[in-house]
Amino acid sequence: MCVVCGCAHPDAAAAAAPAAHGDGPRVAANGDLHYGAGAARVSVPGMSAERAIRLEADVLGENKRIAAGNRAHFAAHGVAAYNLVSSPGSGKTTLLCATIAALRARAPALPVAVIEGDQQTSHDADRIRATGAPAIQVNTGKGCHLDAPMVAEAFARLPLHGQAHDHGHGHDHAHDHDHGHDHGASHGHAPGALLFIENVGNLVCPAMWDLGERAKVAILSVTEGEDKPLKYPDLFAAARLMVLNKVDLLPHLDFDVARCIDYARRVNPGIEVLLVSARTGTGLDAWVDWLLAGEGA
Amino acid sequence: MHEMSLAGGILRVVEDAQARERFSRVKRLTLEAGALAGVETRALRFALEALAPGTCLAGAEITILEPAGQAWCLRCAETVAIHHRLDPCPRCGGHQVQPTGGTDLRVCELIVHDDEPSQEP
Repeated sequence: MCVVCGCAHPDAAAAAAPAAHGDGPRVAANGDLHYGAGAARVSVPGMSAERAIRLEADVLGENKRIAAGNRAHFAAHGVAAYNLVSSPGSGKTTLLCATIAALRARAPALPVAVIEGDQQTSHDADRIRATGAPAIQVNTGKGCHLDAPMVAEAFARLPLHGQAHDHGHGHDHAHDHDHGHDHGASHGHAPGALLFIENVGNLVCPAMWDLGERAKVAILSVTEGEDKPLKYPDLFAAARLMVLNKVDLLPHLDFDVARCIDYARRVNPGIEVLLVSARTGTGLDAWVDWLLAGEGA
Repeated sequence: MHEMSLAGGILRVVEDAQARERFSRVKRLTLEAGALAGVETRALRFALEALAPGTCLAGAEITILEPAGQAWCLRCAETVAIHHRLDPCPRCGGHQVQPTGGTDLRVCELIVHDDEPSQEP
């Protein structure tokens, strides 16, 4: 049972129990999560002789299982979750702050929340909270990416979780909703709430870890060079959408937009592309359209 | 360096097997890291060796198989072999290829011992 709302979601409960994921995080007063490193490991002595054990076990299987639980949990709450991946300094947090302001103008009733992943500090979550949107900072410690259990635990602490309960389930105090059931807001429909998961700034590792998101969105700023999709193909192959940010700087740069898009499509033929400047607001409407249309499902 | 997280995941799979099968140590661990799995096998081996002491993987021989990548070429409508995500289709030279195989990291086999390590006094 989910420890926050009492819903019957097994993975929320498993993820909220620190013992289920090695050393649990240290929880700050504002709800931020700080993951350390290392776990005590114990081996159990047995009896005798040598034998072979066939496993064929997916190493990321446990993460995939919890990510599938997150996905069902988000769908049941009408939450569209997007996993924002990029290198450090691409402008993810600035884009999110501008997006939250734009969403407030376009869809004032739509609940929005953010999970902020970094190795250290709560600077980014503080910036999001300054916009009025709830945010949970997840500090990974030595980790280079967010994983599904971290997101499960952070989501359970967000007011979005409770709000979606109120909207989705009226005055039913039992919270015995069916997580497999589609509440009409999970696939290709306008979302009932938006959750942005800002991953650790890293173009390598986040590609491999499914968090249960509806889609990964790769943010690439035009100051970084147009060949990033070729240099870090796994990440661009995993993304549904590439947002080219800081396009207001294009007149000062040699960045070739068409070549960049060509490179991205070489790695991922189906990738969608939007040109945005979080600073000037160029292209923000199209990005908000994409989000409100429930794209990426 | 996500290979350290992956090594932790491998240890978890092995320790789950240990809880079921009740062996004392692993003599050989065989992994499969597909060419398109995004895994640097040298770093993974290093991470496993760093993690092994004090666990049932201590002293284990580690074998990492690297199966080739497979992809579906939209233009040829056929499965083709590729070595990197950026490779064009070897038949038509096009880039409309979607990886379909060699994308997984799996624990394949354990050779285990039920006794304590022989270096005991």
